[in-house]
Amino acid sequence: MGGIHLLAGFDSFTLTWPYFFDQLVAGLTLGSLYALLALGYSMVYGILKLLNFAHGEVFMIGSYIGYFVLTALGGAASPDVPIVVLLLLMFAAGMLGSGLLGVAIERFAYRPLRSAPRIAPLISALGVSFFLQQLATLLFGSIPKQYNTFGLHNGSLFNRITLGNFQIQYMQLIVVVSAVVLMLALTQLVARTKVGRAMRATSFDLEAASMMGIDIDRVIMFTFFVGSALAGAGGVMNGLIFQNVNAYVGFNAGLKAFTAAVVGGIGSIKGAMFGGLTIGVAQAFATGYLSSAYQDVIVFALLVVILLMRPTGLFGTPALQKV
Amino acid sequence: MSALLELSGINTYYGQMHILQDVSLKIGEGELVSLLGGNASGKSTTLKTILGIVPARTGNVRFGGEDVTARRTSYRIGRGMAIVPENRRLFAPMTVLENLEMGAYLQGDGMKEGLERVYSLFPIVYERRQQLAGTLSGGEQQMVAMRRALMSRPKLLLMDEPSMGLAPILVERSFEIIQQVHASGVAMLVVEQNANMALSIADRGYVLSTGRLVLEGAAKELLAHEDLRKAYLGR
Repeated sequence: MGGIHLLAGFDSFTLTWPYFFDQLVAGLTLGSLYALLALGYSMVYGILKLLNFAHGEVFMIGSYIGYFVLTALGGAASPDVPIVVLLLLMFAAGMLGSGLLGVAIERFAYRPLRSAPRIAPLISALGVSFFLQQLATLLFGSIPKQYNTFGLHNGSLFNRITLGNFQIQYMQLIVVVSAVVLMLALTQLVARTKVGRAMRATSFDLEAASMMGIDIDRVIMFTFFVGSALAGAGGVMNGLIFQNVNAYVGFNAGLKAFTAAVVGGIGSIKGAMFGGLTIGVAQAFATGYLSSAYQDVIVFALLVVILLMRPTGLFGTPALQKV
Repeated sequence: MSALLELSGINTYYGQMHILQDVSLKIGEGELVSLLGGNASGKSTTLKTILGIVPARTGNVRFGGEDVTARRTSYRIGRGMAIVPENRRLFAPMTVLENLEMGAYLQGDGMKEGLERVYSLFPIVYERRQQLAGTLSGGEQQMVAMRRALMSRPKLLLMDEPSMGLAPILVERSFEIIQQVHASGVAMLVVEQNANMALSIADRGYVLSTGRLVLEGAAKELLAHEDLRKAYLGR
């Protein structure tokens, strides 16, 4: 296979606005998904300084839950309930299941190691990650489960809305809008509610937060629930767009989302959102204008360049303390 | 007199390191007690043991007549303890108002009233309420940290090195406020390296040296005690 055939290249087809917008929309869709997943990495890191390697698998389980709800309700070709209800139920079940899984992982794999050296929970996280991959393979088989969302409403969800040069599929719109709604909800939760304030305080200074009477264990549990629920929503979205789910789908998505969290500045919620979109769009343009074989090269090159310029990421703040 | 806070036979460890060795102390209702000692004498660990941030391996912590040894920090705070930590430990990326709200985290309805009380006494805090705490000067941070600790109307206020890192004029101001708070009936345990300052306002004092209490007594007696200097310089 000659290298030249790998390249999508620049020609009269790719150098048009509609093509450009197609890549942009695909990138924003993928980016929304990465952003949801990146938020979980960032929130957990913010509070526990732990890289939750099992986070991708929480996403994968959420995707499976979405599949089972879809199947239980008659499947994509002939669902027993209206599509809106179907999608809402898939998201709700995926988020709840993933949220509870995240809480369980924290309780049994991380909490007992909280005062251990930092390498211990990291290894534990890797262990949970492999465990869940193998468990999913064992329970659900090694053949990918098909969402078959093309079958939904005779495929009309993949029709395009056209506005001049700009086109977007209904399904892409659903994914982007859901992600935006969830991220706005999270932002409000963190900025305005009491538990949100407790999360920010704990993230800034865990011990000082406990001195205020904040029950740190509960804040951590809540953080895992929210972060994992967002990953579950991302998992359902992944199934809707890419049509299937397997036990290893969380690995690649998790790696990209983790990169997004680092690019945005790990620990920062705004950074995770922006980082997710950046990585998604970069990947889509790399695929659209170069080749899908180069997408990871571009994504990780971007990571290196951004970290060289801003070691704490785009929205990360260096630890500054005024005494 | 029944004590508000009573530590008896406390032994605290960090891993293998034996930090507090058989520490027993008492603070009565409304009493101002100073805990003195040099670097690494175990002063901060004593406070953390009182709050339950560091568990005592043996010994008991009683607060308000109740054994709280096995209770979590949040429970103890809820029973009426509060702390102004060493170096203030304000939540720098949060506003002054949010910092004060954290001080009343376990209070439900009392918070509004507490805020109004703080605002009326300290108009400057009201003016700065939307400012990020990290942008305040050291002296302002000290004021906010004290207000934050008082938001919950504690029975016992713990203060960890209130004079640290402050200009002399601000140290005096801090100690004035400590006296005001004491006068309002709040019991206090003030941890300090500045022995003269701390004992001049205290009712009683304890001196820690490498994890053991080596001296205790009325503040006036301690001020006159010649061993005090020795205790400070190590032994």
